[in-house]
Amino acid sequence: MNGRTLGYGLTFVAALIAPWVAYPVFLMTALCFALFACAFNLLLGYAGLMSFGHAMFFGMAGYFFGYVVKTLDLAPELGLLAGVLGAAALGLVTGALAIRRQGIYFAMITLAFAQMIYFFCVQAPFTGGEDGLQGIVRKPLLGGLIPTKDDRVLYYVVLAIFLFGYGAIYRFIHSPFGQVLKAIRDNEQRAVSLGYEADRYKLLAFVLSAALAGLAGATKAMVLQFATLTDVSAATSGEVVLMALVGGLGTITGPVVGAFIIVTMQNYLASAGEFVLVIQGAIFVVIVMAFRKGLVGELTEWWRRRSAPRTEPAD
Amino acid sequence: MPDALLRVEGLQAWYGESHILHGVSFEIGRGELVTLLGRNGAGKTTTLKCVMGIVGERSGSIRFDDGETVGKPSDAIARLGLAYCPEERGIFASLDVEENLLLPPQVKTGGMSLQEIYQLFPNLQERRRSQGTKLSGGEQQMLAIGRILRTGANLLLLDEPTEGLAPVIVQRIGEVIRQLKARGFTILLVEQNFHFAATVADRHYVMEDGRVVDMIAAAEVQQSLGKLQAYLGV
Amino acid sequence: MAQVALGLVNGAFYAMLSLGLAVIFGMLNVINFTHGAQFMMGAFAAWLLLTQLDVPFWASLILSPLIIGLFGVLIERLMLKRIYHLDHLYGFLLTFGLALIIEGLFQWKWGSGGAPYPAPIRGGTDLGFMVMPTYRLFVVVAALVICLATWYAIERTKFGAYLRAATENPTLVRAFGINVPRLITLTYGLGVGLAALAGVLAAPVQQVSALMGTNLVLVVFAVVVIGGMGSIMGSIVTGFGLGLIEGLTKVVYAPASNTVIFVVMAIVLLVKPAGLFGQTR
Repeated sequence: MNGRTLGYGLTFVAALIAPWVAYPVFLMTALCFALFACAFNLLLGYAGLMSFGHAMFFGMAGYFFGYVVKTLDLAPELGLLAGVLGAAALGLVTGALAIRRQGIYFAMITLAFAQMIYFFCVQAPFTGGEDGLQGIVRKPLLGGLIPTKDDRVLYYVVLAIFLFGYGAIYRFIHSPFGQVLKAIRDNEQRAVSLGYEADRYKLLAFVLSAALAGLAGATKAMVLQFATLTDVSAATSGEVVLMALVGGLGTITGPVVGAFIIVTMQNYLASAGEFVLVIQGAIFVVIVMAFRKGLVGELTEWWRRRSAPRTEPAD
Repeated sequence: MPDALLRVEGLQAWYGESHILHGVSFEIGRGELVTLLGRNGAGKTTTLKCVMGIVGERSGSIRFDDGETVGKPSDAIARLGLAYCPEERGIFASLDVEENLLLPPQVKTGGMSLQEIYQLFPNLQERRRSQGTKLSGGEQQMLAIGRILRTGANLLLLDEPTEGLAPVIVQRIGEVIRQLKARGFTILLVEQNFHFAATVADRHYVMEDGRVVDMIAAAEVQQSLGKLQAYLGV
Repeated sequence: MAQVALGLVNGAFYAMLSLGLAVIFGMLNVINFTHGAQFMMGAFAAWLLLTQLDVPFWASLILSPLIIGLFGVLIERLMLKRIYHLDHLYGFLLTFGLALIIEGLFQWKWGSGGAPYPAPIRGGTDLGFMVMPTYRLFVVVAALVICLATWYAIERTKFGAYLRAATENPTLVRAFGINVPRLITLTYGLGVGLAALAGVLAAPVQQVSALMGTNLVLVVFAVVVIGGMGSIMGSIVTGFGLGLIEGLTKVVYAPASNTVIFVVMAIVLLVKPAGLFGQTR
């Protein structure tokens, strides 16, 4: 059994026993953000597109979930579905427009669209405005089979959702689609000259990323039982970028690590008020200046350098 | 040569991982016009860029007026009295002709005045308010050369000034270069067009694979035609 | 009609800020997310100068941009300079992080509430169709003057020629003997100073608060996408124009006034992705 399989195995076992060791709601929140960060990273690491407005998918999906489950009083499965589909639809519309520019402009456009969604949410009646959607009851899943009111039980549901999302990303990356996407990211002109419609692939990646971010957002609403303006704010968009950055852009496990670190940090610093922003900003700065590969990236690099065979100088 | 204005010894240069120059050595005396000949990829432009300080990684020795310049940044080198006319001409699109001409600052006294430059290139004066890149190829080349005459630099680095130009314009540029030499400028010329180079140069250095492999004085050119043909693949 | 005129006031700030962003982007190829925070610091500097040192508005108009501009120079020298060789997105992330730090610190120290700043010009001016607070009229005129002066400096002066040339081909400009790194630092400092100047002008119009920058900069990004960052005049026209449109929307259909600029951005992206005055993709 090689190191990596062992690593995955241990992590899986840890994940299974986690709710007896740590506070389940904290774990679930971290898992939701981990999925969110993975969805973001799919777009950035594999399509080369940095979205600075990903909160719009995360937050809106939460609102959709809340609306379906609380206001329309339907089953939570439908709520999750509504979140995913709603986010995907939003992704299709905004993505089609944002993809028309690249790089920095793309980032600014996604940021601007997210602001638009934010303002919409402030005013739209169904979101509950400044108060948000509160008190979303945890209804049992699978027609009553799974009692979601128990945090530990819900944890396994959320874990399953997370693994589903993570698995979807993994399958996508290693599929033919994923390979083409990588080729486009590395050398778009060449890919286009080979006959690939780059924009279509990018849009597909964007919609997928939006849908998964929506899954994360809807699940979070299910766990924490509310959806508020913070979830669609620029701050949340910035947070997910930070998570992916801290963990390591373009690595598949990085965003998960980053999400756990940031959520833990937020928990500890909850009493510090606005100072959290300063810390977050400082982390951004430090990483960009010194640790661009993120935690996972830098560790992988360090490990590789350690295990590289030493070459003897030529005589 | 005891009083060389420029002396290059053992110059090596890299573009990232590629090792382009493997030890280039040559020298230019004051008032001389010297050419670097060679096929595509021999390293002529890279050598010029190294002298000007534009190439990132270089080692060896470049002495200008008996001062070491190999480690200096390009703006410091320019201020010592060197000026560069790049192969792609580098005319600024967002500036008009006169702004292009006036852009390089005066680094020493003794440069030509704007009026004198207009005398040398009358058609530039006609089009002084045109956007730089709206000029024809030949006019842009003249603008690129004219630009560096105002600065007071005494060593001019010209990279393929006749490339892609009509024979009439090539002739005109040859006249201009001879006039500049007569005025006392020292010139290092990179050329693929050997016939043009032969009409203006005092000496020719031949480059191959990042090294200087031969030097042919103007007087010896006739006898060395066979050798030159082999070097340049003409 | 009054709303439209007041929209011009907003437009004045959009124009000044998108101008600063465009100038910085042109030279440094960095989207200065910190612009909003620097705008806010400009306003705060004026407020602090007034409340702590009794420095009047007119002096702050000069002092504040100088102080904040110097701060910008420091940022460029210590941090931005080291990441130019990287993908532009890193510049965005760095300036975003800096904005968080600055705004977080100001919020932590002074809270998110606003502090009022007394208008240096009292009273109103009768424009015929409305009576406009004279100070706001002054802001519009001042902004126009500042923008046009900046345009003139860039398009018609020797220094502007250096800037334009260095934006196009910094290597060659350096090979002519011009200290391009210093020019870049100076440009960033000037762009930041411009943001701070806008902040000082804004102080009497809206409350001086730690959050005044972020709210604005996100809209300015949309303005910048709409205008394209290719031309100085383009940024000015787009800024004022969008302010007018926003004002008009307040009259015609008030709830959309927050989002109309983003809608315009969506339309422009559909029709002319490079921006109204933009050139490249």
